[in-house]
Amino acid sequence: MFQKIRGRAWKFGDNVDTDVIIPTRVVTSTSDPYGWARYVMEPLDPDFHKKVEKGDILVAGKNFGCGSSREQAPTALKYAGIGAVIAESFARIFFRNSINIGLPVLECKNISTKIREGDILEVYLETGNIRNLTTGENIKAMPLPEFALQIILDGGLIPYLKKRTSKYARRS
Amino acid sequence: MTTTEKILARASNKTKVSQGDIVMAKIDVAMCNDIAAPDVISAFRDIADKVWDPQKVVFIMDHCVPAHNLWAATTARLVREFEKQQGIIFYEVGRGGIEHQVMHEKGHVRPGEVIVGTDSHTCTYGALGCFSTGIGATEMAGILATGELWFKVPASIKFNLTGKLPEIVVGKDIWLYIAGQIGADGALYKAVEYAGPVTGEMSLDSRLTMCNMAVEIGAKNGIFEPDEKVIEYVRQRTNKQFETVRSDSDAEYEEIFEFDISNVEPQVAVPYSPANAKPVSEVARIRIDQAFIGSCTNGRMEDLRMAARILEGRKVHPDVRLIVIPASHEIYRQAMAEGILDVFLKAGAAVCYPSCGPCAGIDKGVLAADDVCISSTNRNFKGRQGHPESKTYLANAATVTASAIRGEIADPRALL
Repeated sequence: MFQKIRGRAWKFGDNVDTDVIIPTRVVTSTSDPYGWARYVMEPLDPDFHKKVEKGDILVAGKNFGCGSSREQAPTALKYAGIGAVIAESFARIFFRNSINIGLPVLECKNISTKIREGDILEVYLETGNIRNLTTGENIKAMPLPEFALQIILDGGLIPYLKKRTSKYARRS
Repeated sequence: MTTTEKILARASNKTKVSQGDIVMAKIDVAMCNDIAAPDVISAFRDIADKVWDPQKVVFIMDHCVPAHNLWAATTARLVREFEKQQGIIFYEVGRGGIEHQVMHEKGHVRPGEVIVGTDSHTCTYGALGCFSTGIGATEMAGILATGELWFKVPASIKFNLTGKLPEIVVGKDIWLYIAGQIGADGALYKAVEYAGPVTGEMSLDSRLTMCNMAVEIGAKNGIFEPDEKVIEYVRQRTNKQFETVRSDSDAEYEEIFEFDISNVEPQVAVPYSPANAKPVSEVARIRIDQAFIGSCTNGRMEDLRMAARILEGRKVHPDVRLIVIPASHEIYRQAMAEGILDVFLKAGAAVCYPSCGPCAGIDKGVLAADDVCISSTNRNFKGRQGHPESKTYLANAATVTASAIRGEIADPRALL
């Protein structure tokens, strides 16, 4: 399977933290991931969830997802329709959480300088290649390790485990 | 090898590991809180029936206690049902407190162990010489089923602390000072080792603060070598055997930073990053509406005692709300026995029962638009304590107290 994600770029800066991605008061008032998605990025742009279309790509600077270990942060982005996050670097817990819930994440040096808000991008997960259809530029991100890629393609760690291990196949 | 490498090698049954190796480590203790519990329990039930070892699993109710809304009440009910079904270790509201205090206070943390928890500040326990780090809900579900988790062995950096601890300067100030120098991503993916002669003089409470905040510079874990003070503390709380681990003299560090802390002032981190640290003298006179002493970062006895020392015989400024939350049930009782809670109450402060509360704008002490708060907590992100147009300044408990008295950010040394 060749996984291509195509969408419009939404740009954010350095050190975007998980409280900004999804405020604590939201995750302590509902367990519905679509309920979280309505508040994604609220402190920076309360209408963000209305503007995002399915498959859109979030492009950020350094240390994206710093702060809390709340898995609700990547989950909220995923349910808001974000198809992939490309950042110059990620906070480690956010990076692992994204893989575990099946949100594609790619690390790419200087990505902020190569993409403008609204550019249309095509992201090839297997290779880490990014095509900026608006400018025609090809950009190379760091490809994911094979097992992480496989977890994302399966939709997250739980479906990955259920598919591969008979021990976990009880309810599949 | 470094302490972190040795612990990961032991846990993955290897004689040696190096930076970048991927290891499958056996987990000694897995901790889960109420805020992650619904996702953990639902993912776990999808893949397994019984947890791998009930005596290694600790569930602690602390973010939303006592339940402040229907979500919290429903979550609490779910956790209680899970706890009974699985026979795991469980701390109900009224029996524990904030997870990162309860874990070591109740003897669930031993030097040399690998401990994970569904909270980014799980790195706190490195103060006792173990490897501890935060994980997400899905990984926790996997651990509850298997008892294992993969780690990439982190590169280690060392902060060598020398000089003499100035008065009223505690772990919080030293950490903020370091963060101010190396930045919010200065230790991204790395193990942070605190070392040097000053560490021996520091209280365990201060060391816990410094490991707690390691995640705020991006670190995977923070760690101190366990000394007699720590070993004594652990022995008082558990009968379980443990082996202390120390870095070899030829251990490899990606970088070693030297900090002479003799002239470090009490520090204040200005919005919106814990790494935006400045000496208190540079930010004094900023008007505040609220002051908060509490959280897994600075709600311990050292913090409450230094706050009470300054507040004794004084009053909270008429335009300020001072909120105090001891980090655990045990600390609450200790502070009561020492007469400290009465000092707060007499001065016009609100003393609440242990929970995370105002630190993350969950239930009590939530900030309105334009509110300014000085807080002994760990994060001053935009909207962290409430409205996105509120502001949080981070400081030690003495600076918070001095500011609560003056109505503006103030140097605690002037009130000693």
